[in-house]
Amino acid sequence: MKTQLSRAERIENALRERFAPLDFELVDESARHAGHAGASPGGETHYRLRMISSAFSGLSRVARQRLVYAALQPEFDSGLHALSLDLKTPDQS
Amino acid sequence: MTDIQAEIARTVAENDVVLFLKGTADRPQCGFSNMVVQILDHMGVEYRDVDVLADERIRQGVKDYANWPTIPQLYIKGEFVGGCDIVREMFQTGELKTLLDEKGLTPAA
Repeated sequence: MKTQLSRAERIENALRERFAPLDFELVDESARHAGHAGASPGGETHYRLRMISSAFSGLSRVARQRLVYAALQPEFDSGLHALSLDLKTPDQS
Repeated sequence: MTDIQAEIARTVAENDVVLFLKGTADRPQCGFSNMVVQILDHMGVEYRDVDVLADERIRQGVKDYANWPTIPQLYIKGEFVGGCDIVREMFQTGELKTLLDEKGLTPAA
């Protein structure tokens, strides 16, 4: 049995639970950043996320990203280095 | 407020446009920082660049100050605008130019 979730799995679980996204795409781009600052030999440092959720309605871009960052604070605390975000509401998609 | 937080607040208050980045405007050390430098340079905006790699207290301090866990961070007239994704999107939609125009920060044609 698999007991250890990857960071991508933890990110997806946390975000699906918090934002109930209509669309969700998470891409691990760690390999593209291998060897420079913030990268680690095991990867799992750089991601790109596209998510559509009604939870973002009425919120500025900064507020939307802060919500996502807050939901992922444990990941930032444990080595997540970069997360590129594209956050939209259903009526923007 | 700690000394570092006060220093960041002063930097942001005393400069119309401030970019906290990894490296300098001449030599950005990270692709995300470089992206914002390219956009600001393209728009011809004057800005103060602060290299967070030069001082770990600043690096952590700006994250706490903006409640934002990543670098780069752009401020215009004391207001936090966002990081690389937001600046790029605002550049593409024209909102960044509008904002700079409104603040009187666009270079004379």
